[in-house]
Amino acid sequence: MRAHQVSPHRLTLLMMVFLLLPVSGWATTDTYPFSDPQDADRFRTLISELRCPKCQNQNIADSNAPIAKDMRDEVYRMLQQGASNEEVTESLVGRFGEFVRYKPELDRRTALLWATPVIAVLGGLLVVIGIVIRSRRRPERTAALSDEERRQAEALLKDSGNDR
Amino acid sequence: MRRALLFIPVVLTVILGIVLFQRIGKDPTQLESAQIGKPVPAFELADLLDPSISHGSEALRGKGPFLLNVWGTWCPSCRDEHPDLIRLAEQQGVRIVGLNYKDERPLALQWLERLGNPYALSLFDPDGKLGFDLGVYGAPETFVIDGDGIIRYRHVGVVNQKVWSETLQPLMQQLGGQG
Repeated sequence: MRAHQVSPHRLTLLMMVFLLLPVSGWATTDTYPFSDPQDADRFRTLISELRCPKCQNQNIADSNAPIAKDMRDEVYRMLQQGASNEEVTESLVGRFGEFVRYKPELDRRTALLWATPVIAVLGGLLVVIGIVIRSRRRPERTAALSDEERRQAEALLKDSGNDR
Repeated sequence: MRRALLFIPVVLTVILGIVLFQRIGKDPTQLESAQIGKPVPAFELADLLDPSISHGSEALRGKGPFLLNVWGTWCPSCRDEHPDLIRLAEQQGVRIVGLNYKDERPLALQWLERLGNPYALSLFDPDGKLGFDLGVYGAPETFVIDGDGIIRYRHVGVVNQKVWSETLQPLMQQLGGQG
């Protein structure tokens, strides 16, 4: 009997190794067999682009909330029936709202959202161009004093001389 | 003119502050429902109390507005709201339809026997099928449904006195129901 006992050290080591196992993989261990590898790819893409309504910062591929499993099952069922990616997304958006899209549609409400990167880049370019133009113009203006400025400077120098 | 430009960062920061401040204190888990204004999805579910009876969408129509309460014995918050539901049903005559969601029948029956039954009708949805079609992602959730079976409002979380009197009751009265 003694020979079979695991030493406490080895047990600890074993538990530590166990901790290293990827936990995120567990949520997707349910198998969804596809006969067509293309469908399997579509399935993986879809479940990575759909957001879980319960655990809000995870997609339904990573989440192990029951609702995420229901959603994966529904995606699988619809793909098996030959639904297109749009049909799958629309059916889930119809139930849970726009929230479940990680990739929002481009329409009037989301136009500003999609345009933000472009606006930011254009704004940045404008600022850079402005700075460049100004810094090019400045040396010409400040290279020498105008007659008026020279007169002012002389007057000031004279004043400070009088103070002494 | 030049000096005015210096205020642009301040203005932008203030606008950002206002936008972010508006979300403070709001519950991010309360999502808009995609179902408002749509009829209750078609279903065919057994009665919780009597497995031999089966109900379809028509069971929900023609009796005036009502609350559809999604619950399960596995849900601690459902226990919290249960006394409030009983009070609404018994004292205010509110019609409440229960949707027993992803639960086991014996446990659900035991619960109703022990804590009381506020439901005029109890649907049994062990696979969460109708719940899924309704966009339910947790329990409790309570829908306000009008006499034509159209979903008017969805409340995520516990229905307590405050939620009832401030939100659900005005809506039910507007729809011409009890309360």
